[in-house]
Amino acid sequence: MPVVSKVTCPVCGSLCDDIEVVVKNNVITDVKNACAVGAAKFLDYSNRKNVKPLVRKNGKLVEVSLSEAVRKSAKILADAVYPIMYGWSSTSCEAIRVGLELAEEVGAVIDNTTTVCHGPSILSVKDVGIASSTLGQLRHRADLIIYWGCNPWSAHPRHVERYTAFSDGRFQKSTWRAYISRLGGALSKKRLRRAINLILRRDAFATPEVTHEIPYTMFQKKRKMVLIDIRRTHSADAADYFLQVEPNKDYELLQAFRMLVADEELEVDQVAGVPVKTLEEIADVMIGCELGIIFFGQGLTMTEGKLRNIDSAISLVRDLNQRTKFLIMPMRGHFNVTGANVVSTWQTGYPFAVDFSQGFPRYNPGETSVIDILCREETDAGLVIASDPVAHFPKKAAQNLVRKPLIVIDPQTTPTSLMADVVFSPAYVGIEAEGTAYRMDHVPLPLKKIVNPPSPCLSEAEILRRILQEVRRLRSKPN
Amino acid sequence: MPKLKVLLQTVRTIDQGTGKEHGKLSEEYQESVAICQVDPEDMKLIGMREDGNVRITTNFGSVVLRLVKSQAAPHSKIVFIPYGPWASLIMNPETHGTGMPSLKGIPAEIEPALKEKVLSVPDLLKEYYKRE
Amino acid sequence: MTHLIVKNGFVYDPMNHVDGEKMDIAVANGKIVEKVEEKKAESIEASGMIVMPGGVDIHTHIAGAEVNSGRLLRPEDHFRDVEAKTAITRSGVGYSVPSTFTTGYRYSRMGYTTIMNPSMPPLEARHTHEELNDTPMVDKASYPLLGDWWFTLEYLRDGKIKECAAHVAWIMVATKGYAIKIVNPGGLEAWGFGQNVRSIDDPVPHFNLTPKEIIRGLCKVNKLLHMPHTIHVHTNNLGKAGNYATALDTMKCVENLASGDKPIIHITHCQFSAYKGSDWRTLKSGAEEIAKYVNHHDHVTLDLGQVVFTNTTTMTADGPFQHGLYQLTSNKWVNHDVETETTGGIVPFRYRRKSYVHAIQWSIGLELALMVKNPWRIYLTTDHPNAAPFITYPQIISWLMSRKAREKTMLRINKRARHKSLLPSIEREYNLGEIATVTRAGQAKALDLKQKGHLGIGADADIAIYNMNPELVDPSKKPKTVRKAFENTAYTIKNGEIVAKDAKIAKPVNGKTFWVNPQLSSPTEVADDMKRRFREYWTIEYENYSIPESYLATSTPISVKAEV
Repeated sequence: MPVVSKVTCPVCGSLCDDIEVVVKNNVITDVKNACAVGAAKFLDYSNRKNVKPLVRKNGKLVEVSLSEAVRKSAKILADAVYPIMYGWSSTSCEAIRVGLELAEEVGAVIDNTTTVCHGPSILSVKDVGIASSTLGQLRHRADLIIYWGCNPWSAHPRHVERYTAFSDGRFQKSTWRAYISRLGGALSKKRLRRAINLILRRDAFATPEVTHEIPYTMFQKKRKMVLIDIRRTHSADAADYFLQVEPNKDYELLQAFRMLVADEELEVDQVAGVPVKTLEEIADVMIGCELGIIFFGQGLTMTEGKLRNIDSAISLVRDLNQRTKFLIMPMRGHFNVTGANVVSTWQTGYPFAVDFSQGFPRYNPGETSVIDILCREETDAGLVIASDPVAHFPKKAAQNLVRKPLIVIDPQTTPTSLMADVVFSPAYVGIEAEGTAYRMDHVPLPLKKIVNPPSPCLSEAEILRRILQEVRRLRSKPN
Repeated sequence: MPKLKVLLQTVRTIDQGTGKEHGKLSEEYQESVAICQVDPEDMKLIGMREDGNVRITTNFGSVVLRLVKSQAAPHSKIVFIPYGPWASLIMNPETHGTGMPSLKGIPAEIEPALKEKVLSVPDLLKEYYKRE
Repeated sequence: MTHLIVKNGFVYDPMNHVDGEKMDIAVANGKIVEKVEEKKAESIEASGMIVMPGGVDIHTHIAGAEVNSGRLLRPEDHFRDVEAKTAITRSGVGYSVPSTFTTGYRYSRMGYTTIMNPSMPPLEARHTHEELNDTPMVDKASYPLLGDWWFTLEYLRDGKIKECAAHVAWIMVATKGYAIKIVNPGGLEAWGFGQNVRSIDDPVPHFNLTPKEIIRGLCKVNKLLHMPHTIHVHTNNLGKAGNYATALDTMKCVENLASGDKPIIHITHCQFSAYKGSDWRTLKSGAEEIAKYVNHHDHVTLDLGQVVFTNTTTMTADGPFQHGLYQLTSNKWVNHDVETETTGGIVPFRYRRKSYVHAIQWSIGLELALMVKNPWRIYLTTDHPNAAPFITYPQIISWLMSRKAREKTMLRINKRARHKSLLPSIEREYNLGEIATVTRAGQAKALDLKQKGHLGIGADADIAIYNMNPELVDPSKKPKTVRKAFENTAYTIKNGEIVAKDAKIAKPVNGKTFWVNPQLSSPTEVADDMKRRFREYWTIEYENYSIPESYLATSTPISVKAEV
């Protein structure tokens, strides 16, 4: 059976490129090396409901020809005064390039899912910069790995194995074995505790008390992993130490670390629910490492403080670079959200929320970002690609989106596509079409075409190109 | 009815990830996303067992979800809901000038809603996003 | 294809020893030809104008991961400088780090037709080429960063020059690169753990070899591969007081590898490596010593890295240097290490006339340009955007051509710096032929781009026509007129087509992307070795690392026969 190897997985920002896919008669029958989410994508992608374009007629979506759907889309965009074009992070750079050209042509606002994900991180990078690297640098060298406000076990399942604590590098080795023995230890401890609880007639399955004691392994001169979050997720099990922070208190905790790194005293007993003594010890571990890294997720970007949390985290890393080498990286979610930022930046200077309504790129998140535009009810048409804002935007924003003419380009049937006026079902990029995507650390990778898409599904780039041509044709016609 | 004041967190879960790949109208998706993860201690406070339905209300809306016992306890008075159309009904759209709505750490109230139903995606769309 | 004839212009074509003669230039099918039938050709009246080959820039950061991070970092740079969409051109923004389309248009309007992107992390080469595909109007190429690549370090440590050469050839093809770029050799590897090297004899941590061995080794590799350009070196200790000695050591360390009068090393943005003194307070110019060395040795070429007083963005692969600059300024700072290969950093920077250090830096660049006697050995750059954005070239041209212009600026700079500057003692003023040499002919020669930088028969028809009459205007006395003339061409001709006219883009075109394809005697051996070790070194797969030729919008490989 033909095996396609070294396939890049089009799911999350880890962009694992070692996937093997078994194909039989243009159908994927097996997937190797992928995580559960990746495997689900390769094996279940093909259950699309419709292959033909749909247009809403008399309130119902009905199948139409490709050219009719293109004409209808072009008319919607050409007639609109202030359309928004949203999504982009689950498609190829090639499609994004055409999308930007189309947005410029029709004077649209083009925004990607960064706006509701790591938007604050980017705002903060613009304020203070960022000390970062590619993931291999961390695999080879990082001896202190901190995941803060993120859950790699669920959101980036192979991240730890491929790039950090469980990967082997030139100067640092995998801590996989230590983890296994620790797991065994933890398990017997749990049994012991239950036994004691039974003897003492306490609730046998009571949840353990939160402990702030730092295990001795944290002070050894070898690779270690720390998880900082508001709850003990599965990711915490893989870590040497789990630090539980009170919700919305990350900023305080970060600032406390900054003070400690600067050798200042904290004149309180605890910060964000953590004893200062514990913080002091962790600060010492940070200063004493050879290369440290903080990966952060939406536990920092979405909670109170938003971009100020990230300012503080990046500033902590800046401070630590006076003492040792320290880096920081956002855990980007969608497989090409980084690409959406990258392409938008090289064409327009700005990574998201770009407003072309004045004929040149303008950028002011809070004003030109899609949630704000929708909540202010300013837009009069929308194009959504490879994204599902009706499911993920706050109700008020989603309601204002579906109230206006809406074009959706998405191979899946989603709450958003069900609400649309025109629906295109494109080829799945990375499975049925090729392209380029950027890993969370800005490393570009090729997306492969493994099987043929059903007719008449075209790539997203091609659909956009045809809409752009049609818009130009409409505009060149004398009124 | 016992009500409990909590902080609401929207989160990503691996089941939501795989459920999403099965399709957003699938049962897997609803099973894994239309849920609310609660600390066992808090479950006692509102007198609830697993798999009963609860109603969660914020300043921005209210929604019924299936209650699930949290595997990551303790996290007293904090509840977790995966991203999805149900969570979106009660999110705070305020971006504070950043473009980013407030999706974590939202004050909310939960209460038992044993007799109420969790809306399916099509019903939810009909109710909240009905086109004119 | 169209036929063109450029009539009656004053032609400056130093490669063909034409120095301001009034003559016609005939163009057919994108090339310079002996003559065309006048009736069938489009005629461009260039009387009273200067005709030069299209400009060539040997070192300008215009595309790739680093540049794009610079764009991301500087919204304030974009707000004040926008270009609106027109019927034929794309919109854009940016003063010091312009977006890709704007970069292409601005170079073209200035009469430049070939530009070299000098800093490409191999792992992210795909990104660089994606951006180059979106950079219109100019031909271009990129130099992969190879001075701290683990394969380089290991093979040179073990004395395996031929193996090193074979692997460099492999990566040149894999990344579609043009020349071997070396940045702070050894220092970038050390920066992986937050350290640096202090001299060319300071061993690289964990690798047991010195920067000198890296420079010499890659210089030998370059010769074995018969690369068109020399090794392109950003020295150790860049931007530090006292570093002119390091620059001299770097040039000297390959002296005995030279043969004949052919250059074998290019020291880039030399201004940043020409500082005397022990700290910023005692900073002095080391230009005299460097110029003296270059005037007596044929194996070195330089480019300037001329400072202009403005608000710009510094970006280099020199991670430790950028960290130092961040400590100095407390400004925003981007660091980007690339596994097994290189590093990178970005810090916004404002050069102020009244700052002693900045004024000295400004002076050093011009001193170098004026004290190196042979214009074929030193080229006009600003290391865009490190010392200034490329749109400041016309101003630099006016300084080179006019003592009066220099003196006028001198009056406004820091007083102490003015007293220390060597400029008042320098009488030299460039003539137009020399300007043509340092802005196109010399650079094309250093790059061995045989079709570029001249207007001889068979050359690419890349022509810049500037509206200034050398018979009526004395550049020495009229620096403002010179500056204005070089800001926008009357016509820019690319591949035989008029692409810009009177400061406006007339026709958007795609440029070629050059890359070097060294022909090895046994390329499969290298490929097997790479495959075996790939997963140990990088986090992506061997098969996904190489960039297929189809990825380049207009791929133009240059084959060279290697000696390995």
